Amino acid sequence: MRHRRHIAPSAVVWLLIGGLYFTIPLIATLQISLKSPQTGKCCTLENYGWVLHNGDFWHTLKISFMLALETVIIALLLFVPTIYWVHLKIPRLRPVIAFLALIPFVVPPIVMVVGLLKVFKGTPDWFYQQPWGFLAASYVILAFPFMFFSLDAGFRSIDVHTLTEASQSLGARWTTTLWRVILPNIKAAALAGSFLTLAIVMGEFTIANLAAFHTFPIFIQYVNESQGFPAGALTLMSFAITWVAMLSLLVFGRRKGGGPGAIAGMRR
Amino acid sequence: MLVGAFQDKADDWTFANIRLLFDHPYIDAYKTSIEISLVTALLGGIGGFFIAYAAVRDGTPRWIRGGIMTFSGVAANFGGVPLAFAFIATIGPLGLVTVFFRDHFGYDLTEHGITLFGKTGVELAYLYFQFPLMILVIAPAIDGLRREWREAALNLGASNLQFWRHVGIPVLMPSLLGAMILLFGNAFAAYATAYSLTAGSIPIVPNLISAYYTGNVLDNPHLAQALAFGMFIVLAGTMAIYIPLQRRSARWSK
Repeated sequence: MRHRRHIAPSAVVWLLIGGLYFTIPLIATLQISLKSPQTGKCCTLENYGWVLHNGDFWHTLKISFMLALETVIIALLLFVPTIYWVHLKIPRLRPVIAFLALIPFVVPPIVMVVGLLKVFKGTPDWFYQQPWGFLAASYVILAFPFMFFSLDAGFRSIDVHTLTEASQSLGARWTTTLWRVILPNIKAAALAGSFLTLAIVMGEFTIANLAAFHTFPIFIQYVNESQGFPAGALTLMSFAITWVAMLSLLVFGRRKGGGPGAIAGMRR
Repeated sequence: MLVGAFQDKADDWTFANIRLLFDHPYIDAYKTSIEISLVTALLGGIGGFFIAYAAVRDGTPRWIRGGIMTFSGVAANFGGVPLAFAFIATIGPLGLVTVFFRDHFGYDLTEHGITLFGKTGVELAYLYFQFPLMILVIAPAIDGLRREWREAALNLGASNLQFWRHVGIPVLMPSLLGAMILLFGNAFAAYATAYSLTAGSIPIVPNLISAYYTGNVLDNPHLAQALAFGMFIVLAGTMAIYIPLQRRSARWSK
């Protein structure tokens, strides 16, 4: 068979259609973000200034970022030892956990939040009324499948048994083994899972909205509704945040098979 | 949630909430939700397939392929409120494309039903994450179409069309169907984009659920729970179709 040396014409057409569809909304957003809020004329950076000088912007961004960090730390503390233990001692349980990790695809955030609000209803105010309590707990659940698939891929690529035995014959305790031997070996997987979690929490709208917490995406929505032109600037900036998080994920993920977690976002 | 769906305000057991789901306006919301999901799964699936095929087929430079896969990884995770704004900026009343069509062709999109705040707008916006998801899911399957099969078919005198009809499409069918079902579930579960685009006014199920929490109409949380339960059933159904299909499509990948 002849191998094509040049790109097929129909491929050009499809790539062009796809390219236009994906770039036009971004260009439109850029164009709006450069218009002056007073006159509606191009081109000024005023809107970006408005966003950067907005106290709520920094405040909600900080809340979302701290929430993301908290979620990442709790998720790592919870899932790394668990998955390590499952791989080492009870590998039969792995398919069960893998099945559990699929549940968030059947129970999307909009359904999950209904259940969570009901389950946690009786809990004390310092938990139920605080983003650090209720939201973080919800986000750890959201993060579970993504953490699991990344970490699982990481643990599968190393020889857990040999590493553990070697470390123990040298007299290391469990905590030392986990911290000094296992963790450095699954660092790439843990980082990939963490970045994914970070991106998800920074963009999560559904649960925050229904549980009435003021996180970064809620702020964006508020600006969208009230301030046309700055909203364009804000949208592009949040694009940039997604890009940075996802690109760092791809960079880390490429090193050691990123796993399927990378493809299913929770932002919609 | 599961329990709450079957309880009334006094926490007694009842099917009344579930029965309400089949009344207006709730059944209509499910219909709208399912319609939007079907349309975007179908269009997203077909469009995504062709873009993916254009990206991975022979002759397309490697960097285009790499670029598209990277971009899809990002775009599939992009959605919600910022996406909604991007589309308001594009085909909203003063959007780039709307104004362009009006000024250059004298064609008013809004008059012809292409408004952002109805079904068409939501579907157009959903496609922005449906295409990339389709590309990510289907590209490995297209890669799995071995070159030898194509060469064998062409050597035996098959035309391009015959190859696709008797080899390509049948081999890819389970993957295609599976991917589209995934897209269906993806769109069905989406909330933030449609909420932000239409300010919660489009009657899809997630918007009804949220109205019970964010609005002032929280008189029957059990109804919200029943609505969520209905979504859960639909999604569990899609997963029940998806998992066996995925097993089948894995058959050729060994």
